[in-house]
Amino acid sequence: VCIHRVRSCSSIRFIKSKYVCVFDKSALKFSHQQRLFRTSAVSCGQIVQFKLSDIGEGITEVTVKEWYIKEGDSVSQFDSICEVQSDKASVTITSRYDGIIRKLHYSIDDIAFVGKPLVDIEIDASKGVASEEDVVETPPMSHEEHTHQEIKGHKTLATPAVRRLAMENNIKLSEVVGTGKDNRILKEDILNYLAKQTGAILPPSPKAEIFPPLRKTETVPAAPKDKARKIPVPVSRPIVFSGKDKTEPVTGFQKAMVKTMSAALKIPHFGYCDEIDLTHLVQLREELKPLAELRGVKLSFMPFFMKAASLGLLQYPILNASLDENCQNVTYKASHNIGVAMDTEQGLIVPNVKNVQVCSVFDIAVELNRLQSLGSAGQLGTSDLTGGTFTLSNIGTIGGTYTKPVILPPEVAIGALGKIQVLPRFNGKGDVFKAQIMNVSWSADHRVIDGATMARFSNLWKSYLENPASMLLDLK
Amino acid sequence: MVLQSLKNCLWLSCILRTPKACFWSTASGGLILQSVSNDVYQNLAVEDWIHDHMDLEKQQVLFLWRNSPAVVIGRHQNPWQECNLRLLRQKNIKLARRRSGGGTVYHDLGNINMTFFTTRKKYERMENLKLVVKALKALRPQLDVHVTDRYDILLDRQYKISGTAAKLGRTSAYHHCTLLCNVDKFVLSSVLKSPFKGLKSNATPSVPASVKNLFEEDPSLTSEMLLDAIAKEYATQHQIDHHITVINPADETLLPGISDKTKELQTWEWVYGKTPKFSISTCLNIAYKDSVLDVKVNMDVKHGRIEVCNIDLPEQWLPPGLYSELVKSLTGSKFCPNETTTLVTTLLRVCPQDDELHSRWSLLCENMIMLM
Repeated sequence: VCIHRVRSCSSIRFIKSKYVCVFDKSALKFSHQQRLFRTSAVSCGQIVQFKLSDIGEGITEVTVKEWYIKEGDSVSQFDSICEVQSDKASVTITSRYDGIIRKLHYSIDDIAFVGKPLVDIEIDASKGVASEEDVVETPPMSHEEHTHQEIKGHKTLATPAVRRLAMENNIKLSEVVGTGKDNRILKEDILNYLAKQTGAILPPSPKAEIFPPLRKTETVPAAPKDKARKIPVPVSRPIVFSGKDKTEPVTGFQKAMVKTMSAALKIPHFGYCDEIDLTHLVQLREELKPLAELRGVKLSFMPFFMKAASLGLLQYPILNASLDENCQNVTYKASHNIGVAMDTEQGLIVPNVKNVQVCSVFDIAVELNRLQSLGSAGQLGTSDLTGGTFTLSNIGTIGGTYTKPVILPPEVAIGALGKIQVLPRFNGKGDVFKAQIMNVSWSADHRVIDGATMARFSNLWKSYLENPASMLLDLK
Repeated sequence: MVLQSLKNCLWLSCILRTPKACFWSTASGGLILQSVSNDVYQNLAVEDWIHDHMDLEKQQVLFLWRNSPAVVIGRHQNPWQECNLRLLRQKNIKLARRRSGGGTVYHDLGNINMTFFTTRKKYERMENLKLVVKALKALRPQLDVHVTDRYDILLDRQYKISGTAAKLGRTSAYHHCTLLCNVDKFVLSSVLKSPFKGLKSNATPSVPASVKNLFEEDPSLTSEMLLDAIAKEYATQHQIDHHITVINPADETLLPGISDKTKELQTWEWVYGKTPKFSISTCLNIAYKDSVLDVKVNMDVKHGRIEVCNIDLPEQWLPPGLYSELVKSLTGSKFCPNETTTLVTTLLRVCPQDDELHSRWSLLCENMIMLM
């Protein structure tokens, strides 16, 4: 890639060329044979060497720590280019030009020198280049750099972005009233000018001699209808949506989930759903909550659901089993390690409470509290997350009624609990009363579990929860 | 009283938001702000906000802040190299990465932070530090404090009581420094010691130094007194009223966009992901049954994610399929204990259900996770 020495140009005239020049990368190779004459057809961009400007405090060299752009990227003026470090100071270097990055002169951890080229940027020839001055010497009044332009002897102040907008819409800057400081033309002024153009169909941009760097196209509002003037012809410009698809690789935890869920879907699932009347349990919990709080424990419904499930598993141990890969053997697990699905920032994790069969409801509540605080801190250990034999998912805390949960291998069953709703139901006498209703959706592995077993387990679980006193009879 | 505070609020809002000359400010060459928050992320976000949004041409700004226990690493540093991450997590000490360069520091309420905001042209660290020394001497003339050419402030010619860092942008710059008033030195030394061995990196290393609290030198000193003395000196030098304006970093109307800045500073991608590329070469000593296994581990970590992973296990200790599954899953994954724990435990679900195998897997993975 050739490098042109750029001389400071204080006045640039728009050149109307008869020749349409096609710009492509190969043109750059041959461009070194052309000199930059102001009168000839300028077709390719100039390569400008952007030098590292003075850092201050007499510093002459810095270490390049991070690049924010790479070769081929397009940049706008004031975009961040890289981060350099010098003696405890981290400095963000921003671009002075609009253009395309053509070369990075340093790699990460290289020493860069003040006054030497940092990157090569290819800019549009028509825009010209601001005279090379040290950024530090820029007079403090201007926060943005402005290139002055003489058109018919009339000096107009505008930033390159505003200038481009004008050019894209074929507006002569001399005809726009600037409302900024020093009569500077702002973006709003261009848009107002466009809006005022009544009835005129904006001429299409001429076949490009100049190819501006690729950037998101700006939507220009169509000229509004003005009743006072001629018959308005609405100009409809295609609305350009500048959003882009974003592709990310599937890594880490997500990758593991892909594997697990693919394996899970190989299990022939069948579902069984039911409705549980929790009116009595709600009341019981209200009574027990303050007692638990006195002991420093938050009591939710889950400990009850889990204990009732464990009691049920004692009667129907096939639901707490595991089928080996070849479907040759079924292992009945002795421990009821009941998993609780937790929604965290990463996604779904399932820690489990060990040996629920020997825990009291309060013990379960204590353990759940511990797992929940570790889960939200992102500090769950491997033992908390392995060894589960049966899972309950309380999706109802977020919402929903009936769902179709997916069994987590190597387990054979899972239950998903919907939200508790207050609904009208009939009691034994035939009167309507307010009931606290929750829906449960079970999924089970049909290779080893049949519908009848699932139904009976669910009925037993339901009876414990609808009449909590009955749990007392069977508590171990 | 209410009217006065309302007027203050409007005035502050005006100063902060109007980039051009504000007719409310009377020939004021400086502004002294103090944060009401002790949250390190919120306070760092305020620095970002002032740096990005305030016009420092007409007036310079001094920002005073203190944090509840936190470790703050420099922009280009490696947290694994700089501190004991496991200890931080255990003690619930926050980890933050600031945007300025320099080394790692430990903050608690016994440490005060001062940020001097100026335009890029007026960036001058020595002047700021001399101001601090002058303030200290005005408060306690017998204190032996001076500024070194490394921009540290030393007490009694040997103990470091202040460290410095700076950030330069296109038009503005800031220089911030700490001041040890009454910090828990025991926690400081234990968290700033990394147990990591075998870490190779080009990240900026910290330079350890002996520290001492000003409180130890003179027990009558408090953080509040020191803050006030510095504010007073700043006010004198900038010819402004000795008036400290309090600022709430959670106030979105006063500082529009501040909550986004605060959130960004807390993301994993910023705190860990911005670590320059590094490599680990270490040996795990795994006690299994009656013997101890030496397992060599080599990893390359880029943007906080494992790029390359090599684990040297004895042959057949894990079935080859499972071993390659582990390595494949770790590649591209975050070098993070939580991510790795969830990853390996989830993978275990699709492994053959063999107790022996499970215990080997768990043992290996737990040791790997200890590295992170």
